[in-house]
Amino acid sequence: MSEAAAHHGPPQGFIRKYVFSLDHKIIGLQYYGLALVAVFVGMFLSWLMRFHLVWPNAAIPGLQLLSKVGAPGGLITPEYYLSLLTMHGTLMVFFVLTNAPFAAFGNYFLPIQIGAEDMAFPRFNMMSFWTTFVAFVVLLAAFVVPDGPPISGWTAYAPLSAIGKDAGPGLDMGQNLWGISIAIFCIASLLGSLNFIATTLDLRAKGMTLMRMPLSTWAWFVTSCIALLAFAVLLPACLLLVLDRVAGTSFFVPAGLVVSDHLQPHSGGSPLLWQHLFWFFGHPEVYIAILPAMGIVSHILINSMRKPLLSHKVVIGSMMAIGFLSYMVWGHHMFLSGMNPFSALVFSFPTLMITIPATVLTLIWLGSLYGSRLQITAASLFALGFISMFVSGGVSGFFLAQPSIDIYLHATYFVVGHFHLVMGVAAIFGVFAGTYFWMPKMTGRMMNETLGKIHFWLSFVGAYCIFMPFHYLGLAGNVRRYSSFVDDFMAPLMPVHKFITIAALCTGAAQLIFLYNLIHSRFWGPPAPVNPWNATSLEWTVPSPPPWNNFGGVHPVVYHDPYQYSVEGAKEDFIMQNSPEQVKTTVRS
Amino acid sequence: MGKFFAVTVAIIAILSAIPIVMNYWGPPADISTHGAAIDDQLHETMWEAGVSFLAAQLVLALFVWQFAGRGRNDKLKNFPGGAKWLVIAAFLFVGTEILALGVIGQKAWATVYFAAPDKDAVTVQAQAGQFAFYFRYPGPDGKFGTPRPDKIDEGNQNFFGLDPENDVASRDDIVAGELAVPVNRQVNLLMHSKDVGHSFYVRELRIQQDFVPGLDLAVHFTATKTGQYEIVCTQLCGLGHYNMKAYLNVLSQEDFDKWLKDKSAQ
Amino acid sequence: MATTVPEPPVIKPQPYMPSPGKDGGGGSAGFHGGGELRAVSDRSPEPARTGIWVALAAIAMAFAALTSALIVRQGSGNDWQHILIPRILYLNSAVLVLSSVTLEWARKRVASYSRGEGATRSEAMQWLGATLALGLIFVAGQYLAWVQLRSEGLYLATNPNSSFFYVLTAVHAIHVLGGLGGLVRVMYLLSSPVPVLRKSTMDSTSYYWHFMGMLWIYLLFVVWLKL
Ligand code: HEM
Ligand SMILES: [Cu+2]
Ligand SMILES: [Cu+2]
Repeated sequence: MSEAAAHHGPPQGFIRKYVFSLDHKIIGLQYYGLALVAVFVGMFLSWLMRFHLVWPNAAIPGLQLLSKVGAPGGLITPEYYLSLLTMHGTLMVFFVLTNAPFAAFGNYFLPIQIGAEDMAFPRFNMMSFWTTFVAFVVLLAAFVVPDGPPISGWTAYAPLSAIGKDAGPGLDMGQNLWGISIAIFCIASLLGSLNFIATTLDLRAKGMTLMRMPLSTWAWFVTSCIALLAFAVLLPACLLLVLDRVAGTSFFVPAGLVVSDHLQPHSGGSPLLWQHLFWFFGHPEVYIAILPAMGIVSHILINSMRKPLLSHKVVIGSMMAIGFLSYMVWGHHMFLSGMNPFSALVFSFPTLMITIPATVLTLIWLGSLYGSRLQITAASLFALGFISMFVSGGVSGFFLAQPSIDIYLHATYFVVGHFHLVMGVAAIFGVFAGTYFWMPKMTGRMMNETLGKIHFWLSFVGAYCIFMPFHYLGLAGNVRRYSSFVDDFMAPLMPVHKFITIAALCTGAAQLIFLYNLIHSRFWGPPAPVNPWNATSLEWTVPSPPPWNNFGGVHPVVYHDPYQYSVEGAKEDFIMQNSPEQVKTTVRS
Repeated sequence: MGKFFAVTVAIIAILSAIPIVMNYWGPPADISTHGAAIDDQLHETMWEAGVSFLAAQLVLALFVWQFAGRGRNDKLKNFPGGAKWLVIAAFLFVGTEILALGVIGQKAWATVYFAAPDKDAVTVQAQAGQFAFYFRYPGPDGKFGTPRPDKIDEGNQNFFGLDPENDVASRDDIVAGELAVPVNRQVNLLMHSKDVGHSFYVRELRIQQDFVPGLDLAVHFTATKTGQYEIVCTQLCGLGHYNMKAYLNVLSQEDFDKWLKDKSAQ
Repeated sequence: MATTVPEPPVIKPQPYMPSPGKDGGGGSAGFHGGGELRAVSDRSPEPARTGIWVALAAIAMAFAALTSALIVRQGSGNDWQHILIPRILYLNSAVLVLSSVTLEWARKRVASYSRGEGATRSEAMQWLGATLALGLIFVAGQYLAWVQLRSEGLYLATNPNSSFFYVLTAVHAIHVLGGLGGLVRVMYLLSSPVPVLRKSTMDSTSYYWHFMGMLWIYLLFVVWLKL
């Protein structure tokens, strides 16, 4: 019996059950809901940005209600563009990509997949979600403070972010809120990671050896190890940033800066220090986004292929290698930032090295498709789409990893294309795949497959139409974070921008199909059986949705590797992990 | 449905490659001495990445085409060689790429960043501030006056904070809003930020370098073709970031001398 | 709360057997045994035991980040003025070290009491109380150090050294307060008429506390050191 269950019985009453719940499943759903709100807000902001870039003189009716100063008469000002940019990036990276694939699905399924009744520390788990929620509210509050959200981007480079209102609009209260929100978010993520690690190590059911854990659980576990160290660095960094802003310290602000004709009362700080601390977190953060998606996609793909990946161990090893290397590459974001040019080479090398485990993973996925019995479902389509996106985004990383090429491509739309494909779209596709696959378990209702497939086709083609052309713009030298393109050489690129904007508006609208499907099936979908996909892992042994303590007080016992599909001589083409059935196998993971 | 996916992926992959192969929007012609090395490397990388991209997408398409929708009676097969050979292939293939591009290709980086500037290079100081670039030439005495942040006074056009009354070296300094340089001579650009981070980017020069407040950096280049080019800021610096630009004028030596003379006469 | 685990049916051949022992963590007897002290035994491993190491790793990482920030900052400007460490800090250090000693004594008494080997509950409580008191004295002492620095005109923003001094000591003090909270919780659990204090709770609280002591010595060294 886990410590967890020892501490709480089935909760009574709405508040304990659905609001301040200790149940990892409710908390997982809460994270999912939060990420869903965040992704639609973030997407809406990206619409506004794209619209403004292409039709700078067209008013967006009603936008003045969002900000009278930022969008007078519905026309977005240059500074408000940057506010939208900052909020879009921050929402997407922190509240979508960290929350959805990692915190939401991880919370819901990690304990079930290892046969535990709950997380190791349910109270921390609840705190973790509600702290995240507070961070979210604090961040959104930046929309309503007088000078609006900050304009310093999601990277908040000092000294722009550290000086205060002299440096521009949004850099007063808005930037304070940003710093505080991210600091709170760090605390929440630390609590969450702590929980994931302890749960994985300590609460596995009998027979659930480490190597018998499904790949999704492995991914969440590796991710939580990365997150633990990454957020532990961002937290003090945010603390120092906020102190520079409100207490007049000079950690990041050097002497002699004249901003808006004011000589700033700071001395001796180091702007590069912020960049180092930020990217020490920032690079691992992109793996925090993508690793869980890799795990989810592997988990789903295996189920759809009716056959395990070519090697369980190699996939796990690759994920660990990526996690490890992710701590040695942060300087590749700073090749041109004035750090010692020799260190550019030092950072370039491990960055290129990361392509090796990433390539191994890709080859394993592709090689496993060979000879499989691939079933096409909405979930498996998104999983296949993930592979395609990951490859597309990954190859552009090969350019940016080389300092000499980065001289040309740094801070252009090439970078925007690269990270949107490889971490944005790929991770979101992982989340979609997970949603179509697991929602039946989470809500007890099947989702509509046809709508799911339509959603896939529109998203897949749409995402390529939006993000592939970004690379071309970058190759032409189109600079990112520009609210309009006044330079002579960028004018000929406007048709490409128009194309992207139209694609973005359509693709965004297509997400409403998803939203409809999600909500409709939650209430009116056909009831989900226990194991709709004939899958093998433990989450498919419990009712949909699972009862309060997952396994009804009975401890599952695990006899099998996670992916015993198409085992010759077995009764079915799959053997559940907890099934005592015993066969001689030829296909083994 | 699987076949449809395969076709879609293949079409997307090929369509994506077309603008690159046809070079619709590629980099503008290079006008620097070091740029060729960067272009070569970009080209090389484009080949390797492009082939990997197409290969992976087409293999994905092929396998989905072949194996989607197979039922329980179809025989399961394993990829010939299994995981071991795939891992070895990844190490060999990517390893070679890393060696070829990463190690050998660092030459381009080295020529920009490791070589010391020539002795007879033209030294210019660039100052970035919200939201304009200013350039300063040392004048006949060959010495820059010391800038003093407290003397900066944009209203009186004292962008650098010079103090001609007390500082002799600053009296003949030439300040301009454009960067004029002689063709085929090395320019050593001293970079100073007045307020927040900015960046100096000239596409044709294949030069991009951040201005870091409190940290004076330098970058050197040689322009090989006369003409006018745009300098843009590529580091988010505030609300006017998109509009922060200046022109680079590459002049013949005579024109450059004349330009300097005209400027110092003002 | 089911405490029985259905025995896995015996199946051969080997590969499908649940491997017993370390890897297959879960499912042993409950630790809230029937009201008898000696039944308070931990399953292994206990989440709290793993959790504390993980938490300490994160805290260590955060302070490593602050330390590297300090080193970079010291080199980045020429405004670094070494401040003299207030004397009282040496006294505080001694107090904190002493508190670790009293906590170890307390832990021994708690263990002995739980196993019914002689020590009484109130003895254990006394040592825990002593630790708590020393911890409070430490925090108060830190406060005095801040007061003293302020009286010398050294505020948070006065110079980078004082900035780091306040940040490091304040962040450490917050963590110490967390440790004090842990101690209070241990005492509360110990005072319960039914045995609810787990060995892992006691142990992890004390690891945390010792770590705070070591961290403090390290921080003292860092602010004292002139690079
Ligand atoms: C509906 C799909 C999306 C569209 C149309 C979109 C569009 C954009 C645009 C136009 C920018 C600003 C580029 C610039 O001016 O430099 C941007 C920036 C960004 N986006 Fe997205 N985006 C989308 C989805 C996402 C997702 C899913 C993520 C999650 C990773 C994401 C993360 C970011 C980040 C981190 C930035 C950079 C912000 C900054 O520069 O500070 N976006 N996006
Ligand atoms: Cu990175
Ligand atoms: Cu700028």
